[in-house]
Amino acid sequence: MYASGKYSSRGPALIPRMKTKHRIYYITLFSVVLLGLIATGMFQFWPHSIESAADWTLDKRSVHDAPVVRLPVSSPIPERGDLSCRMHTCFDVYRCGYNPKNRIKVYIYPLQKFVDELGVPISSTGLSREYNDLLSAISDSDFYTDDVTRACLFIPSVDVLNQNSLRIRETAQALAMLPRWDKGMNHLLFNMLPGGPPDYNTALDVPRDRALLAGGGFSTWTYRQGYDVSIPVYSPLSADVELPQRQPGPRRYFILSSQTAIHREYRAELERLKEENGEALLLLDKCSNLSQGAASARKRCYKGQVYDYPQILQESSFCVVLRGARLGQAALSDVLQAGCVPVILADSYILPFSEVLDWKRASVVIPEEKLSEMYTILKSIPHRQVEEMQRQAHWFWEAYFSSMKAIGLTTLQIINDRIYPYAARTYEQWNNPPVVKWSSVNSPLFLPLIPPRAPGFTAVVLTYDRVESLFRVITEISKVPSLAKLLVVWNNQNKSPPEGEKKFKCPECTAIDGLSLDQTHMVERSECINKFASVFGTMPLKVVEHRADPVLYKDDFPEKLKSFPNIGSL
Amino acid sequence: MQAKKRYLILLSAGACLVLLFYLGGVQLPAASRSRHDRSRNGYRPDQPWPHFSDPLHLFLPWDQTDTEEYNLHISPRQKRDVNTSVYKGKRCRMDSCFDFSLCQKNGFKVYVYPQQKGEKISESYQNILATIEGSRFYTSDPGQACLFILSLDTLDRDQLSPQYVHNLKTKVQNLPLWNDGRNHLIFNLYSGTWPDYTEDLGFDIGQAMLAKASISTENFRPNFDVSIPLFSKEHPRTGGERGYLKYNSIPPFRKYMLVFKGKRYLTGIGSDTRNALHHVHNAEDVVLLTTCKHGKDWQKHKDARCDKDNAEYDKYDYKEMLHNSTFCLVPRGRRLGSFRFLEALQAACVPVMLSNGWELPFSEIIDWNTAAVIGDERLLLQIPTTVRSIHQDKILSLRQQTQFLWEAYFSSVEKIVLTTLEIIQDRVLEHGSRSSLMWNSHPGGLFALPQYSGYLGDFPFYYATLGIKPYPKFTAVIHAVSPLVSQSQPILKLLVAVAKSQYCAQIIVLWNCDKPLPAKHRWPATSVPVIVIEGENKVMSSRFLPYETIVTDAVLSLDEDTVLSTTEVDFAFTVWQSFPERIVGYPARSHFWDSNKERWGYTSKWTNDYSMVLTGAAIYHRYYHHLYTNYLPTSLKSMVDQLANCEDILMNFLVSAVTKLPPIKVTQKKQYKETMMGQSSRASRWADPDHFAQRQTCMNKFASWFGAMPLVHSQMRLDPVLFKDQVSILRKKYRDIERL
Repeated sequence: MYASGKYSSRGPALIPRMKTKHRIYYITLFSVVLLGLIATGMFQFWPHSIESAADWTLDKRSVHDAPVVRLPVSSPIPERGDLSCRMHTCFDVYRCGYNPKNRIKVYIYPLQKFVDELGVPISSTGLSREYNDLLSAISDSDFYTDDVTRACLFIPSVDVLNQNSLRIRETAQALAMLPRWDKGMNHLLFNMLPGGPPDYNTALDVPRDRALLAGGGFSTWTYRQGYDVSIPVYSPLSADVELPQRQPGPRRYFILSSQTAIHREYRAELERLKEENGEALLLLDKCSNLSQGAASARKRCYKGQVYDYPQILQESSFCVVLRGARLGQAALSDVLQAGCVPVILADSYILPFSEVLDWKRASVVIPEEKLSEMYTILKSIPHRQVEEMQRQAHWFWEAYFSSMKAIGLTTLQIINDRIYPYAARTYEQWNNPPVVKWSSVNSPLFLPLIPPRAPGFTAVVLTYDRVESLFRVITEISKVPSLAKLLVVWNNQNKSPPEGEKKFKCPECTAIDGLSLDQTHMVERSECINKFASVFGTMPLKVVEHRADPVLYKDDFPEKLKSFPNIGSL
Repeated sequence: MQAKKRYLILLSAGACLVLLFYLGGVQLPAASRSRHDRSRNGYRPDQPWPHFSDPLHLFLPWDQTDTEEYNLHISPRQKRDVNTSVYKGKRCRMDSCFDFSLCQKNGFKVYVYPQQKGEKISESYQNILATIEGSRFYTSDPGQACLFILSLDTLDRDQLSPQYVHNLKTKVQNLPLWNDGRNHLIFNLYSGTWPDYTEDLGFDIGQAMLAKASISTENFRPNFDVSIPLFSKEHPRTGGERGYLKYNSIPPFRKYMLVFKGKRYLTGIGSDTRNALHHVHNAEDVVLLTTCKHGKDWQKHKDARCDKDNAEYDKYDYKEMLHNSTFCLVPRGRRLGSFRFLEALQAACVPVMLSNGWELPFSEIIDWNTAAVIGDERLLLQIPTTVRSIHQDKILSLRQQTQFLWEAYFSSVEKIVLTTLEIIQDRVLEHGSRSSLMWNSHPGGLFALPQYSGYLGDFPFYYATLGIKPYPKFTAVIHAVSPLVSQSQPILKLLVAVAKSQYCAQIIVLWNCDKPLPAKHRWPATSVPVIVIEGENKVMSSRFLPYETIVTDAVLSLDEDTVLSTTEVDFAFTVWQSFPERIVGYPARSHFWDSNKERWGYTSKWTNDYSMVLTGAAIYHRYYHHLYTNYLPTSLKSMVDQLANCEDILMNFLVSAVTKLPPIKVTQKKQYKETMMGQSSRASRWADPDHFAQRQTCMNKFASWFGAMPLVHSQMRLDPVLFKDQVSILRKKYRDIERL
C-alpha cells in the first residue's frame, strides 16, 4: 500500500512502477494473453466470415419455403372498413407509448402462404418483387422491430399491392387469421392498384376492419383524411431506366401526352388541342406493331414514328397525367422522374403524400372538364414558375417515388409524424430540395418585431488583459441610458480579473491599433474566413454598401434638436 | 511486494476471464442478437424480412398495364355525373355539391341575402355580414354570385340560447335562391345543446358548405367545409389587437411550463379529460386548475375533490398565468373548441391541444404543428414529459408562429371571414391557388394574392426562403401631370439622370396630363427604352396600376419634379436589394397621435423619426402595385382619385400593414423640401392650403379602414458606408451624394 501511495504521486495510480525482473515477468504474461487473444480472435472471426457467407446464401431463402396456412371456408371475414376511422378512434396509441426517440416501432409478419381448403392460393402472384422490396426496406430501417410485443404498427406479409391478383374474400380471411389482427388495429396495408372492373373502386375492396390503408388512387370519398396515407403507384420503369440529369428550363415540346390507356373522348379532346396548337403538343400512343411486354412499355409512337419512353418525357415542359379507370397512374412517377411538370386531370384524386407534399409547387391540377382549356391555362404560368416546378417534380420523385423503399419509408414517416406531432418533420424538410436547403435563409427570429426600448440591452465585453482600455470601454458604455447589464468576459487564464476600481498600468495597452494592423493577424483572420466558409459549405456573409445612421445624421440642422447628436463627432 | 502479488493475481484472473469469453465457454445472456445467429438456428417467426433468392413476379405484369382499357367504354363524363348524384349530404365535396360554373363568368363573387324585417341578427353575425359586404368579393347581384350567404343568423344553434332563431327550416326552404343549399355557405359557432352537444344545426342544410366552429373530423367534409375558430361577441370587427409578444426572450422559458384554468364538468360530455387534470398538476411549473362552481346546481353533483380544487383555483389569476406560461393547455370543453384557443394564441402561449377529433381552425391551410402541440387526450399523463422534451429552439419558433397566425387570420372577425372566403376561392381557382408556404409564412395568405402570380419568386416575401434574389434592375415610373413646354423642365433632367443608372432597365412615363402626348422626339435619347403610357382616366391611382410593361421586380416611383442624381438612384437601389419587401426612398414623413383632437396627425417637419417615405422618389416591389389595385377597397381608392392626393400615404399604409415594418429612408444629396417645388407647375398641388388638411383626413380615414394604425416609426437612415467619414472622397463609391 505504501508503495502504491508513493508512486501514485509520480504517475497514474493504477500502473505501478516496478523492478526490472517483475517488469519482464509482466511483459511475458501480457504477451501470452495477447497472443491468446489474437489466436482466439482468428479462430472466432476468420472461419466465421466464411460461415456467414454461406449463411448469406442460406438466408436468401425461397418463398416456397414459407409455411402453408389453410383457410377454412368458415374462417371469419373482417368488416368492410369503417369510413369514420381516425387516429383517435381506430388506432391504439398506447402501443406506441412514450418514446424518447419519437419513433414508432414496426413489426412485419413472417411470410406465410395462404391457401383455401382446396389448396388454391389466395393470390395469383403471391409475394411480388415490389412488396418484397418494400418489406426488406422497412426491415432494414430504424422503424423495424422483431419484437411483436413492442410494436406500434403491424405490417402483414400478405401482398395486396394489386387487387387484380387477389381473391378478395380469402385475402380478407387471411388477414383476420393474423395472430395480432385484433380488428385490424394498428395494421397497415399497402395497395397501389385498388378496385377492379367494372366499377374500379378507389380503395382496396378487401374487407379490412380498422386497418390503415396506404393506397394509390384514393378519391376524396374513400380517403380517410389523417388516417389513410395516399401513396403513388410505383412505376417499375424506375428500377430499369436511368435518365440523365436535366436542368430545369424550356423544352422542345410544351405539352406531352404519353399514356396509352386514354379514353377516346379524352383522346379526341387532345387531338383537337393538337390541331389548334400544332408542334407545341406531342400526342403519343402505344406502337401497334410491337407485341405487349416489357419492350413495348418502353416505346411510344406517333404516326409511325417511334419514341423511347420514358426518355421522351424529358423533352417536354408539361406532361399530361390523365385518369384511367383508376385515379392513380404509374405514369405520374415516370413524368416526375423526367422532371416534366405533371398536368393532373383526375377529379377528386388525392395526390400521393398530399398530407405533407405541397403539390401546388410541383404540378398543375386541372379539372377533367377543363381539358380543352389546358393549353391556355398552362401558357399563363410564368417561365420561372415552370422551372421551379420542374425542379420540385424531379425532387419529389427522387425523394419519395423512386423506389419501393422510398415509398414505404415515407409512408411510415407520415404515420410517425401523426403519432409524435411535436417532433414531426417540417414543411421545409419535406418540400425543399437540397439545393434550396443549402441556399435558403431561415432566421430563427422570423417574426417582424420591433422590440420596445424598455428592456434595454446587455453589453458583453470580451477582454484579455488590456485593462486600461477595458475600463475606458466600461466607463463609456455605462453612460448609455438603455444599458441593462454589462458582462465582462475575462479571457485570460494566467491572470485573475482586476477587482474593484483598482487601476492597472500596462505598456501594451496603448498599442490598441497595433494589433489589427499586424500582418499575421490579418492573414490568420483570412484563413479563418476560408475555413469557416468551407465548413458552412457556402459563404454565408453578404456584402452591403449601406450603413445605418440616425435620420438627421450630419444634416444641416441644430444639433440640440437631434436625437443622437454625438454620433460621428469623435 | 504484497501489492505486486495482488496485481498479479488480479491480472491473470482478468486475462483468464477474457479468454473464456472468447473461447465461447461463457455466453452472455443477451449477447449478439445478430441476424446471422438467428438464421442459423433455422426458422424462427420473429426474424427480419429474409432475402429471397427466387425471381418474383412484378406487382403489375407488363401485359396487364393496358387491361384498364377494358373499362374505357364508360364515358368519363357519365362517370362524373354519377359521382355528383351519389355523393350528397354528409359526403358532399366540391366535386359533387358545388356548381363551379357559377364562378366562371364573374370570378369569385359573394352575394348576401337582403336582411328581412323583423329578423333579429346577433352582433357577431352582423359583423360577419358587414365584412363580406365591405370586401372586394361582394356583389349585390345574385346573378353574378358564386357564393351565397344567408342573412338569417345561424351562428347559435343551441336551442337553450336566447340567440336561437326559430323556424329556420321553413325560413331557409322558402328562400327563392336556396336551390337545396348549393353554393351556399353557412356560418355557425354553436350547435347542439346539453347534454350531448351534437353537431346538428337543427335544420336541413342541403348541399350548403359549413363554416363551423368546434367541428369534428367525423362530421367535417374535407375541402368542402371550413373549420373556423370559436370567437366571442367582443371579438373586434376589424383591425383587432396585436399579439402580446413584444420581444423574443432567449432562452424562451417562462415562469410556468404549462397552465390551465377552467371549469370542470362533473357529469356529461367533455368531463373525462378535465377530471383527470389534477394528476398532472404539480403547483409549481405545471399549474392545472379546475373549478366545480358553475351552473345553478353544481353542489348537487359535487365530488370529493371539488372543495380542494375550488380553493386552489381561486389562488391564481388567469391572465397572469396566460402571460407567463410557455405552454397553455387547451382541453376540449362541452364542445371541441373553446375561447381559450384564441386567447392562448394571442398571448403567445403555445397551445397544447387536448381535444381528440377536433378539426382545428382553418386546418385546410394552416400547418398547426408549427404553432401548437397536438396532444392526445388518451396520453394526458405524458403531456408534461412531452412538452419538457421540446427543444428551446422549437419553442421559440412555435411562439413566434402563434403570433404570426393570430395576426394573419384570427385577430378580428374580418380576418376570420376573409380567410374563410379565400380558402373557398382557392378551391374554385384550383390551379391558381396559394401554396402552403404562402399560407404559413409571413405575411400570410390574405396579403399574398395568387392571382398576381403562382411563382413564389415573384413576390417580395420569399426570397430568403427560396434562397434567391430579386431581379437586379428596376423600372422607373415617372408620373407626369404637366405638359412638356421647355427642354429645361425637371422631368427631362430626371429622365436622363435615371436612365444613366446602371440598374435601370426601362422608364415608363405615365402621362396623366390633360394635354395630348408630346411627340416622340421631344423625349431625350436614352440608352434604356422609354415607354409612354397614357394614364387611365388621368386619376392618381393609375400610377399604381400593375402595368404589364413593368417586368422588373423593383419599381422606382417618381414625381415629375423630383430632383435626383444617378448616384442617388444607384445607391437607393442597392439598399432596396437588401430590403425588397419595404419601401426604400427619399422624402420621409411622420404620423403622430394628436391627443387633443383624438385623431391621427400628419407632419412633414424635420424630425428624428419618420413612418412614411413618399412615393415621389421611392423604390418598392412591383407586387405592391397589384396589391394596391386589387386588395384595397374601391372606397379608399376613389377617395384618393377625387382628392388627387394621399396616394402615397395609402401606399405606405398598405406596405406597412403587410410588412409590419417601417419604410427605409436613404440619404440624399439635396434636401427634398416642399418649398423647393414652388417653381414647378405642380405648385398648385403642394401649395394648396387644403392639401395638408386633406392628408390629415386621409390618414384618419385609412386608419379606420385598416382597423388600426399600421404605420411604424423608424429613427434610422441608411447612408453609404463611408458617408461623410474623414477619408479621401476618392475612396467613396457614392461620393456624389456628399457633394453639394
